[in-house]
Amino acid sequence: LSFLECSWRFCGRFKALWMKAALPDFKIRELTENPIGGRIIAAFFPPEKERLDFPSFVRILAHFRPIGKNRSRDRAQPEQANSRTGKLKFAFELYDQDRDGKISREELLQVLRAMLGLQVTEEQLRSIAERAIQEADLDGDGAISFDEFKKSLEKVDMEHKMNIRFLK
Amino acid sequence: MTACVTLKPHTKGKGTIRRSEPQFDMGDVIYFCRKGVESIIDDEVTKSFSAQELESWNLLTRSIRRFPHRGLRLTLLWGLGVLIRYGILLPLRVILAVTGIFLFVILSTSVGFLPNSKLRFFLGEKVHLMGYRFCVKSLTAFITYHNSENRPKNGSICVANHTTPLDVIILANDRCYSLVGQVHRGLLGLIQRAMVKSSPHIWFERAEVKDRHLVAKRLCDHAADKTKQPILIFPEGTCVNNTSVMMFKKGSFEIGCTIFPVAIKYDFRFGDAYWNSSKFGLVHHLLRIMSSWALVCSVWYLPPMNREEGEDAVQFAKRVKAALAAQAGLADLTWDGGLKRTKVKDAFKEEQQRLYSEILLKVHQTQKQEKCFEDETPEGD
Repeated sequence: LSFLECSWRFCGRFKALWMKAALPDFKIRELTENPIGGRIIAAFFPPEKERLDFPSFVRILAHFRPIGKNRSRDRAQPEQANSRTGKLKFAFELYDQDRDGKISREELLQVLRAMLGLQVTEEQLRSIAERAIQEADLDGDGAISFDEFKKSLEKVDMEHKMNIRFLK
Repeated sequence: MTACVTLKPHTKGKGTIRRSEPQFDMGDVIYFCRKGVESIIDDEVTKSFSAQELESWNLLTRSIRRFPHRGLRLTLLWGLGVLIRYGILLPLRVILAVTGIFLFVILSTSVGFLPNSKLRFFLGEKVHLMGYRFCVKSLTAFITYHNSENRPKNGSICVANHTTPLDVIILANDRCYSLVGQVHRGLLGLIQRAMVKSSPHIWFERAEVKDRHLVAKRLCDHAADKTKQPILIFPEGTCVNNTSVMMFKKGSFEIGCTIFPVAIKYDFRFGDAYWNSSKFGLVHHLLRIMSSWALVCSVWYLPPMNREEGEDAVQFAKRVKAALAAQAGLADLTWDGGLKRTKVKDAFKEEQQRLYSEILLKVHQTQKQEKCFEDETPEGD
């Protein structure tokens, strides 16, 4: 499918994300029921920017394209958005909101709280977070860096989990 | 929802009891992330509230987002179409409509002066039908009624899916209904008052609408009288774009009388009938319809349904909705039509959170149980 066809279809969807100020008042209803809906929308906007332009929108969506077969010319190109590293980076940034390159205990707690809401107690939440950090933190600094994150997910099949087939 | 929590088995000494630990995987967030982006790319609700997309162009610029520059011939054809629609069709239709409404108001008021008798009722119905037929001609609507043997009978409630306020005219063209709605001001208010004079309708003051019991009572009283015309209700509560049917509000299904479902399906190739009330007002909408090619639709009368033993209003509403959607070939959605204007309730988000926590905690529970079991039957070395 040509780029024009893609942009045609995406234009409509794109309008729904237009203003970051619309965050508390989601126009996409199914996104409102997603526990981390706010973070996903925030991930589309580069930091400090209030408006999203179409190329940036497409760039983010590119993270979800299936990983292509290895071609010799791919190795010459820098890390693509839909490579395994690119996908992991996107997931990492969902946790790391302040973009300091590390997932702190507090940031992890925030995500857990969003995903579990009031269904678990504070102690259970903390214990789950503690355990996760202990498992992943290899250098013992109490936070999870991108490499540690990659390591902890090395067995996860990113190719299938973070894959959306757009445009049938 | 598929579980994405990983379990790590490890054996303890010589024993073969497997202790599994709930491990929150950092990758769990990916599941929600993917679902979120999938909703961004395409979701059911927004699709139902925006106008339908056509596969091939019907020479109306409003049906597509961008004018397709495909050559001189197409542009000429389109120009010709514009001339015909705005130069010939629109003025004719407007004249017809104005004449029709004018005649209707006068005749209806005059019939209202007759003493309360069978004659008044009879004439009232005729006047109403005349008014509606005028309107239908003015819109050049081509309506096909299917299964007329199931046409709603007196003393019942008729429910239909809602796409445009003109649904009323489409249905009332065939037989008279009692309408339910808010009292308006201006031209619409004038028409409402004229209608009431010759035929019983249920118009509510704005303040009364909030009082559900009052509404229900008036509907009940009307429906209980078996000689009165059937009440026409649109349980979705708002206009939907005719590709799907949204949640039916249970109010009209609680009353307990026979329900006659009616399915309406418009043919969009001749003109889009959906009223997107957030985009344009009623007059603009009417002008759009009148400047389209035509209004072609099919109406299916479904067999009457009654509430069964042990079924509550919500289940009954779902059953009716499913039958209606199946007949007209529309998608049966469970989303509330009110979402057009309001936010989703937090309950939906909490449901997702609950499902996820259950998966995490159930594993926790299993671990605790295994631990207890272990304590009771200690392993020997």
